[in-house]
Amino acid sequence: MSAGTNNALQVKVWRGDADGAYESYEVPQQENQTVLDVVTYIQRHLDAALAYRFACRVGVCGSCAMTVNGRPRWTCRTHVSRVAQNGTLEIAPLQNLPVIRDLVTDMTPFFEKWQEARGRFVPGEGPRDTLAQVPPEQTERAAASAAIECINCGVCYSACDVVAWREDYLGPAALNRAWAAYNDVRDGDRTGVLKAVSAASGCNNCHTHQSCAEHCPVTLNPTFSIAGLKRATLKASLKGEL
Amino acid sequence: MSAVGVTRASRAHAGFVAAIIHRLSGLALAVFLPLHFLSLGLAFEQEAFEGFIAWSNNPLVKLSEALLVAALAVHFAGGVRLLAIEFFGLTRAQAVWIACSFAFGVGGGVLFLLRAF
Repeated sequence: MSAGTNNALQVKVWRGDADGAYESYEVPQQENQTVLDVVTYIQRHLDAALAYRFACRVGVCGSCAMTVNGRPRWTCRTHVSRVAQNGTLEIAPLQNLPVIRDLVTDMTPFFEKWQEARGRFVPGEGPRDTLAQVPPEQTERAAASAAIECINCGVCYSACDVVAWREDYLGPAALNRAWAAYNDVRDGDRTGVLKAVSAASGCNNCHTHQSCAEHCPVTLNPTFSIAGLKRATLKASLKGEL
Repeated sequence: MSAVGVTRASRAHAGFVAAIIHRLSGLALAVFLPLHFLSLGLAFEQEAFEGFIAWSNNPLVKLSEALLVAALAVHFAGGVRLLAIEFFGLTRAQAVWIACSFAFGVGGGVLFLLRAF
């Protein structure tokens, strides 16, 4: 390692599957060091069998999220100096997802719920050669823009208490995506989104704890999106559309 | 489903604390309700009612009454907070609403305390 400081970080890392345990490692502390750097150091120098995920290292791909000292975070953009407590780090896989091994979770239920929430575009009946006019200042366009920059990291899903209590709850990320899809005025079946999210596992389970908004690394506010879905489903059900 | 035994440091923020206080104050009010109905029922029997009123002059009972009013105020404000976020789509103002809720709740409790003693 390059010359940094003499201090060593005491790092506890989750090893094994759901029945695993923490193992302790000592990692040299650097001046500028992310939590992902620490995990990579352990895997390259101390324990080659450590399993973890990362790809872009710059906060775009959303694959390196882990639980760091009890909070879900994107580890590539989380500086150790900001989160270490007395020189210690406790790194675990994301909560609310099945653990495959070490720091790797099975994201399948997370992405299946995106489909369940109908977070995808359904084309309308109109002729394909007409380009839809969507002015940027339009209310729906503004609502979609506010929700659209999700990087699918699973941090909100991991922070959500309702997901922890109720396994089939669609969760903040999928519902946030559904809100963006609902506000796409080109969509051929916007009521279909409301039907999907008003199911028993849907938006009305949200308790507005706002942990999703608190932890979202790209500062989205899924609570706000879910509140929008609640209002839209209420209106639609009063009109008898659901 | 969460298998790994990590602490939930992720709950340490205003929104979660507000939600918990809303729930606990709701429970406190629910526990109080039977007592409230009992006292209302006793109003038909003068002697028993006067006995109840005498008992309620006990400082401890007065203090718990003050706490009940505080619980009511906090619970009411918590409901207002939820309605503000869910029906009126307030986002940046959420923190302000949380703070106002608590100010309103505590204020109500203190006002009642001042009147009680």
